[in-house]
Amino acid sequence: MRWVRENLFGNWASAIATLAILWLAWKLVPPFVQWALIDAVWVSPDSRPCRAEGAGACWALIAEKHRFILFGTYPFEHQWRPGLAILLLIALYVASALRRFWRPALALAWIGGLALIGLLMWGGTAGLAYVENERWGGLALTLLLATFGIAFAFPLSILLALGRRSKLPAVRALSVLWIELVRGVPLISLLFMASVMLPLFLPEGVNIDKLLRALLAMIVFAAAYLAEVVRGGLQAIPHGQGEAADALGLPYWRKTLLVILPQALRISIPPLVNTFIAFFKDTSLVVIIGLFDLLTSIKVALGEPAWSGFGVEAYLFAALVYFAFCFAMSRYSQDLERELERGHARTERGV
Amino acid sequence: MKVRLAVAVCAVAAFASSTLHAQSTLDAVKSKGYVQCGVNTGLAGFSQPDSRGAWKGIDVDACRAIAAAVFGDATKVRYTPLTAQQRFTALQSGEIDVLARNTTWTVTRDTSLGLNFVGVNYYDGQGFMVPKKLGVTSAKQLNGATICVQPGTTTELNLADYFRANKMSFKPVVIEKLEEVTNAYFSGRCDVFTTDVSGLVSTRGSRAPKPADHVILPEVISKEPLGPVVRHGDDRWYDIVKWTLFAMLEAEELGLTSKNIEQNLTSTNPSIQRFVGATGDIGKMMSLDNRWAYNVVKQVGNYGESFETNLAPLGFERGINNLWTNGGLMYAPPIR
Repeated sequence: MRWVRENLFGNWASAIATLAILWLAWKLVPPFVQWALIDAVWVSPDSRPCRAEGAGACWALIAEKHRFILFGTYPFEHQWRPGLAILLLIALYVASALRRFWRPALALAWIGGLALIGLLMWGGTAGLAYVENERWGGLALTLLLATFGIAFAFPLSILLALGRRSKLPAVRALSVLWIELVRGVPLISLLFMASVMLPLFLPEGVNIDKLLRALLAMIVFAAAYLAEVVRGGLQAIPHGQGEAADALGLPYWRKTLLVILPQALRISIPPLVNTFIAFFKDTSLVVIIGLFDLLTSIKVALGEPAWSGFGVEAYLFAALVYFAFCFAMSRYSQDLERELERGHARTERGV
Repeated sequence: MKVRLAVAVCAVAAFASSTLHAQSTLDAVKSKGYVQCGVNTGLAGFSQPDSRGAWKGIDVDACRAIAAAVFGDATKVRYTPLTAQQRFTALQSGEIDVLARNTTWTVTRDTSLGLNFVGVNYYDGQGFMVPKKLGVTSAKQLNGATICVQPGTTTELNLADYFRANKMSFKPVVIEKLEEVTNAYFSGRCDVFTTDVSGLVSTRGSRAPKPADHVILPEVISKEPLGPVVRHGDDRWYDIVKWTLFAMLEAEELGLTSKNIEQNLTSTNPSIQRFVGATGDIGKMMSLDNRWAYNVVKQVGNYGESFETNLAPLGFERGINNLWTNGGLMYAPPIR
């Protein structure tokens, strides 16, 4: 009671705000619950019950289309393969998040895991039928795009950030050119370039796969943004650190790897994760080049006349999936920050 | 952006089509073992993946028919879902072998983009839908109406042209997304909804609370003949795709269906004998198996069957897409 009085009704302004919010909640929450839960149609072979008078949310749409939304046009009888691939990816994320797994074996686990995922998705050997990557889709494609995008863009971005601060003019000019050029255009135009223009410039008979082209465009894009984040971290490191390393006689790469980068990357965790989250959501832009990622699959599923008109339910589902991944990322980054900060604080006290 | 892109694509098109594809498309298709077919990312009745992720529609049937003609196996197709912006580049660059993506045949596209339209598998055109209770029977009575329309396509321009030509005025309600524009119409924000008749029919069939409450007016204000497209410069492939399309029409005219064609292998009708490859060597003339047309009909069906399975359930009527013998426009030159 005391807490309520102090925090919610501390003065006139907050009392009014509290009442207004309560009133809004009272107005909005019960109808939403009524729509989303009580009146909802959960399972139905067609959409007729959903279109009946007084019917609530049509979750039957998700029940009917969930396989398509999760796996796109992947052959139906083989959809356990992308399903397993998604679980493997999530397992790899979790393992990488736990600090006790932070040892060289983790890199091996990633290489092995990604190889296994490739084997699962493509098949062609070990009794698995070959599935061309044009049929990949849904959540599996979204996760693969995001994972491979970040996995390649992040190391590249560190090189770009170092390159931009390099004393070699050619390296510096190239890095600046890349970063500024890519940051100067929207991702959509890069995707368009990769999917529409690039094939025309390739020599006869050479066709880079559509998925790979999109992935390349996304890596180029993400690398430029991440590079600026990393550069921010690099600039925050006091000059004394580098000079001290120089004084110890460390050559450039050892200085960078052992002294500069660990500190720079740690302070750039919040903006890095921010960019990761933005990038994860940016993968949905592949809708404009006809790749069936999670969001496109939902859009296409809604295109079937029998189920069209239930966009709210479908997009709520998409929002939920995106939220689950993005929220996990941001919570993890907060924990990681706190943990690294604790170590930092202790050493400072020690000094 | 779209305009600039189109200009760029045109500029490169001539270059692309002149340098690429020294190898014939048929040889390339045969050696890789499948037809790469560009389709819409999702348009009900034309090309749309179902809940199991399998492609369905009349454009998809066109792709399957080509595979049946070339390989004798309609499943040897790989689909490339394409957006409106990507479709021509994908064809020009050789990423796909044939484009069957509800593409309107126009002279600009046929000539300057380095493409060849093989024919028409659906005659579409822009029309109007109004609620029945308004009592409107002709588009000429729509003076001053509020009209829901999607921006960016030729739809908006045709609408303005039509009203100007008939000295009428209208209030446009321009909404980008199909989902929202149909909601606006059904909630009564506008008196009229205009788009291609195929779109009106499927909207009415699927979204209207009571489909019978809405009428599609008889006026069709634009010509939108939709059909498959191939690249310039490979006449052999062009012939194959074109005659596969005609074979589906001819089969309907001859009364051949996927169910009865097997019995007709021994038919005494000379036209049917030629069609199924019992006599003559039409297949060989096209570098195909002599049973190419038989395979198309056996595995995919004739045009009418494709229409019945894909479009009729959405509320489409044959109308001008009927055979010429039934008062429509569908006409195949003789297969002999």
